[in-house]
Amino acid sequence: MKEHGAYRSHWTHVLAAVIAATSLAAAAPPPRGMVLIPAGAYVPLLRDRTDPAQVPVAAYWLDERPVTNAEFLAFVSANPPWRRSRVSPLFADRTYLARWAGDLNPGPDAPAAAPVVQVSWFAARAYARWAGKRLPTIAEWERAAAAGFQRADGRAEPGFTAAVLAWYATPQPAVLPAAGSGRANLFGARDLLDLVWEWVDDFNTVLISGDSRGSGAAGMFCGGGAASSRDPSDYAAFMRAGFRSSLGANYTVADLGFRCARDAAP
Amino acid sequence: MKMLKQSRFTYALANSLLALGAVVLGYAPVRALFAGAVPVTVAAALADSPVAVAAPATPPAPAAPAAEPAPGGDIANARGVVPDTGLPVEQAVLGIPPNVPPPITRDYSARVVVHLEVREVVKRLADGVDYLFWTFGGTVPGSFVRVREGDLVEFHLENSPDSKMPHNIDLHAVTGPGGGAASAFTAPGHSSQFSFTALKPGLYVYHCATAPVGMHIANGMYGLILVQPKDGMPKVDHEYYVMQGEVYTAGAYGDEGLQSFDMAKAIDERPPYVVFNGAVGSLTGDNALTAKVGDTVRIYFGVGGPNLSSAFHVIGEMFDTVYEDGTMQDQLHDVQTTLVPPGCATVVDFKVEVPGTYVLVDHAIFRAFNKGALGMLKVTGPENRRIYSGKEVDAVYLGSAAEAGTDARKRETELQAQIAEEIKTNPKIASLTKEAQVERGKRVFMQTCFACHQPNGLGLPGIFPPLAGSDFLLADHDRPIRIVTKGLTGPVTVKGQTFNNVMPAQVLSDQQIADVLTYVTNSWGNNAAPYTVDDVRRVKAAGVSQ
Repeated sequence: MKEHGAYRSHWTHVLAAVIAATSLAAAAPPPRGMVLIPAGAYVPLLRDRTDPAQVPVAAYWLDERPVTNAEFLAFVSANPPWRRSRVSPLFADRTYLARWAGDLNPGPDAPAAAPVVQVSWFAARAYARWAGKRLPTIAEWERAAAAGFQRADGRAEPGFTAAVLAWYATPQPAVLPAAGSGRANLFGARDLLDLVWEWVDDFNTVLISGDSRGSGAAGMFCGGGAASSRDPSDYAAFMRAGFRSSLGANYTVADLGFRCARDAAP
Repeated sequence: MKMLKQSRFTYALANSLLALGAVVLGYAPVRALFAGAVPVTVAAALADSPVAVAAPATPPAPAAPAAEPAPGGDIANARGVVPDTGLPVEQAVLGIPPNVPPPITRDYSARVVVHLEVREVVKRLADGVDYLFWTFGGTVPGSFVRVREGDLVEFHLENSPDSKMPHNIDLHAVTGPGGGAASAFTAPGHSSQFSFTALKPGLYVYHCATAPVGMHIANGMYGLILVQPKDGMPKVDHEYYVMQGEVYTAGAYGDEGLQSFDMAKAIDERPPYVVFNGAVGSLTGDNALTAKVGDTVRIYFGVGGPNLSSAFHVIGEMFDTVYEDGTMQDQLHDVQTTLVPPGCATVVDFKVEVPGTYVLVDHAIFRAFNKGALGMLKVTGPENRRIYSGKEVDAVYLGSAAEAGTDARKRETELQAQIAEEIKTNPKIASLTKEAQVERGKRVFMQTCFACHQPNGLGLPGIFPPLAGSDFLLADHDRPIRIVTKGLTGPVTVKGQTFNNVMPAQVLSDQQIADVLTYVTNSWGNNAAPYTVDDVRRVKAAGVSQ
């Protein structure tokens, strides 16, 4: 049982290392479809006493919206091994692109402009590499998503937290709406919190334990116990952390898509 | 892989150690990483290196549908394998509330296979009110699981592909970390499997324990598992399954439409709804529990919470036997009300002796009459006048209460009659369609009023006055508004019968009051002018200036 888990993680990191070694930071004029997330700080939801309260996040480019079915179709067209019928089960489980009508045909349940979902972490990373980009880290993604419509700290905006939570209280439509149709946040990014879940590069470093209440070996409570959480009422952050920790790198999930990032010029 | 051949105990222990080991080995570097201080891949690789192997022991299976009971399909994702115990295998029959699976009659242990699917579904919370419930098996509470003391339970938790959230399960009947939750954390579209031995008999709560735990429970993720004692339980004629829980809607009680979860109310423990079996009215009217005179009834009653305890009581019955806190070791007898905290359960047995409707309540009684914690047990059969006579004498008792009727009151009545007449003849107001109001008012009635006045408006003799054909109600257009807004205490005479009871003021919007009164005064043969919001405001204002 453990062997499989270790095996999965092992390959995750081998691939990560390969990609890290081959992808170079791109310094370029404003890339199309991306918005600049200025340098700032990420406040981790959970931390031990010895962890820093804030983690600096360098400026970076982030896709304005999640990757669409049309864009992913271009990717699988150019990269046959990532087509549904050919993908290795090591890299994507049985429901990979299951909503699509065919290998190269997203079909009516996956409109071109809607975010692509049911893609694995491996597939998302491969796409990002193909597009000359990478996946954002947790720190980067959370830094961008913490922004409200007017302020850098969305939780200070009236109704922001409630609106975020409302997504969890609403059934997901059978056919997803177009990516990019949401309101732009302070940095110009859209749909971060109310369209689909999104992969991040380091998703599997979230240490909410399986039952989310266990005390860690170092006395760090997680989840509902929340003794060391920055804000036990930030339910959305808990749910994102919990969701990420439930994933394996080859999992594909109905409401899980991704967007890409790119380093900003120093 | 070698561990698979070892004993179940060793296996479980090894399993726990592995889980712990992953934490111990992985924690230091990855914790730093979690705070973002160390580059990802390096730290993660460090974390995994002590247990990493070069190649998988079993090659990944090709894409194929899952086969049961062995883990099928994505073997790379398999997380547990049940040791071979040689026990006979049995598929668990699950109970859909308010029903309970039949008693287990075998006298040996078995390996009981349980499949429970987590589904996030929009369900009715009250008439006109919907809520996105997170459920074990599609119902609130979740499916009832019944096993026998000593059974090995092979538990499969399946999270629907349509789910948004990951979920897990903590069964209080499990001895082990997290009550199973540590082994059952499951992403949408995946399943988890773990096994446990049901060591101790009793009635136990299960619930989801995924962060934020309180929200998962408040959204409906709780249920009961009965570990039946080896010697069984006394036979009864009916077994029912009821659980209490709160729902923290953003809107107030009765606000229509799809309601979302309100975190602030949950933290403050201020639920708009406290309900039995997941909805207002889940156990009333056509959904009422039933029995016949002379039957023995057993209710498996649990509290999911997340916050409130229940003072569980059945109006008109004493519990002959209470398995307090769900324990099978000692029983209480002749109990009126039994307290059940969140995350706990009780079993109550009682024999029904006389016909009638017995009302299940949380005796923290505003929850029953104003928030929904109310159910019904309808008992049919012959009367037994020796046990309960019904009303024997109905006599006038004036006491010290002199007949009211000051000049001011009379004057007010006259004025209000004039106002009512003005309104009645105002064509703009009269143009409001009475039918629409009646429809809306019926919904209000079936949430707020029916429990006492009954769905047919006939009330209960000697206790709750009838509304159908009520001379008292129809005599004065404004009187019903005053009663609803201010309540009514003391003796009234309705259709020649005297009632001396208390009706509390109802918290309803002006529109809801106008609607429900229009419904009441235009149903069951009643026929009167409709009520307008202005009527309600005017009467309220008159009350204030008085």
